[in-house]
Amino acid sequence: MRLAVIGAGAVGSSVVELAADYGHTVTAYADSQSAAVDPDGIDVEGAFERKQTDGIVGDDDPAAAVEGPYDVLVEATPTTLGDAQPGFGHVEAALTNDRHVVLANKGPVAERYADVRALERDSAGSVLFEATVGGAMPVLSTIDDFDPEHITAVRGVLNGTANFILSRMGAEGLGYEHVLAEAQDLGVAEADPTFDVDGTDAALKGVIVANVLSADDTEYTLEDADVEGIQDIEGSALELAAEDGRTVRLIAEVIEGEVRVGPRLVPEHAPLAPTGTRNIVQLETEHAGRLNISGRGAGGPETASAVLADVGRLPELE
Amino acid sequence: MSDSTDEVRSYTVRLELVDEPGALLNALDPIASNGGNLLSIFHERGNLTPRGHIPVEVDLEATPERFEGIVEALRGAGINVIQAGAERYSEAMTVVLTGHLINTDLSDTVSRIQEATNATVTDLSLSAPEGTEDASSARIRLATEQDAAEGVLDTVREVAGEKDLRVIEPLGPGGDL
Repeated sequence: MRLAVIGAGAVGSSVVELAADYGHTVTAYADSQSAAVDPDGIDVEGAFERKQTDGIVGDDDPAAAVEGPYDVLVEATPTTLGDAQPGFGHVEAALTNDRHVVLANKGPVAERYADVRALERDSAGSVLFEATVGGAMPVLSTIDDFDPEHITAVRGVLNGTANFILSRMGAEGLGYEHVLAEAQDLGVAEADPTFDVDGTDAALKGVIVANVLSADDTEYTLEDADVEGIQDIEGSALELAAEDGRTVRLIAEVIEGEVRVGPRLVPEHAPLAPTGTRNIVQLETEHAGRLNISGRGAGGPETASAVLADVGRLPELE
Repeated sequence: MSDSTDEVRSYTVRLELVDEPGALLNALDPIASNGGNLLSIFHERGNLTPRGHIPVEVDLEATPERFEGIVEALRGAGINVIQAGAERYSEAMTVVLTGHLINTDLSDTVSRIQEATNATVTDLSLSAPEGTEDASSARIRLATEQDAAEGVLDTVREVAGEKDLRVIEPLGPGGDL
């Protein structure tokens, strides 16, 4: 497949780097300012070098990358809320041109799911978005395999930063601010960790799962989720939980059409109490009990591997 | 989980005792001598049943078969068993509250939760590392009736909301996930 990769952050650049490994050719690569476009495949090393030295990936206009030539547009620009722009516009352009779309950007499927599906219905292209939920973990494809109708609940730890903070607080008896500063030093938490610790990031993933489970009947957006963060969790709360063989984790829960994210008490050694930045999703199935999927929920190459797995699932276009 | 009758389960028995020396000891004997493992006793001192007796809650572990024997023995010993096992408290639920628990009258918080629901607080641990003026946390274990956990949680949320306390809820109604 020929790929147009829009977004040159950790995920976008990893997709460009790994595409050849998966048998694909990158024909366009864009950041917010510039693009490299070549129908025969861009010079990947050259683009990375120019990004390093000049801060641009090539001499073309970003719009040229969105217009083609490619079979699959990989949307890896930062997640935006509300109208989900500019990501949504890229999805729209690709589908209108009867091209496939693979999303790493959560915005379009968390905030405008119905619009994305409507565009897809009128297009020869398809939209896949495995990478938006749980990084490298095959969550959405597993739900799809089981059929959303046979999944009664989905619960998970879907934010590595929040999980790292809570597990450190629990293990070391340290306060929230202390552990957050440590996480920032280690590069586990971003300079502005707001969306990770206030539950927004996990909620967006929960909303995407709810959209998939509802099978187009009801559209969910971030507004429909009940969201609480971990910022005001006291160290003493984790201490008391531990005395009782429990701990606290930021859990995203999708059950009976409700999306809820908040700190919850879980048994210390339960699958839903992973430590560090590890993520886990637990599917409650109608006929097969509980199914746990755990792994790395973030990171460039990890998320890129989910993007490339999606690319591999797409049919050849006419 | 199997439904084998050999499986040890935990039960809560609610008894009415007369206010006499030795009444509690008399009540506990049939439990031990019929193979029950006593977990905790909650003596609601100061709280009288409508008949003027003292309510006592006993948590114990036994196989279902032995549990029946225990209830029979208790009744045989003339002890009034108000509720036994699954008929009443069949679920234990733990929540953690954080915030200004002490300034907002923790004992009022607990009694309001108990009054508004049929739940009983069976265990409470408080941690106030910064002293009573600062934020603290409390772990509360509640015994609730079967299928009543959601309603009890609603009450906990409501009382906590009024007092600006944070509730860390268990995952799943029984908190066993």
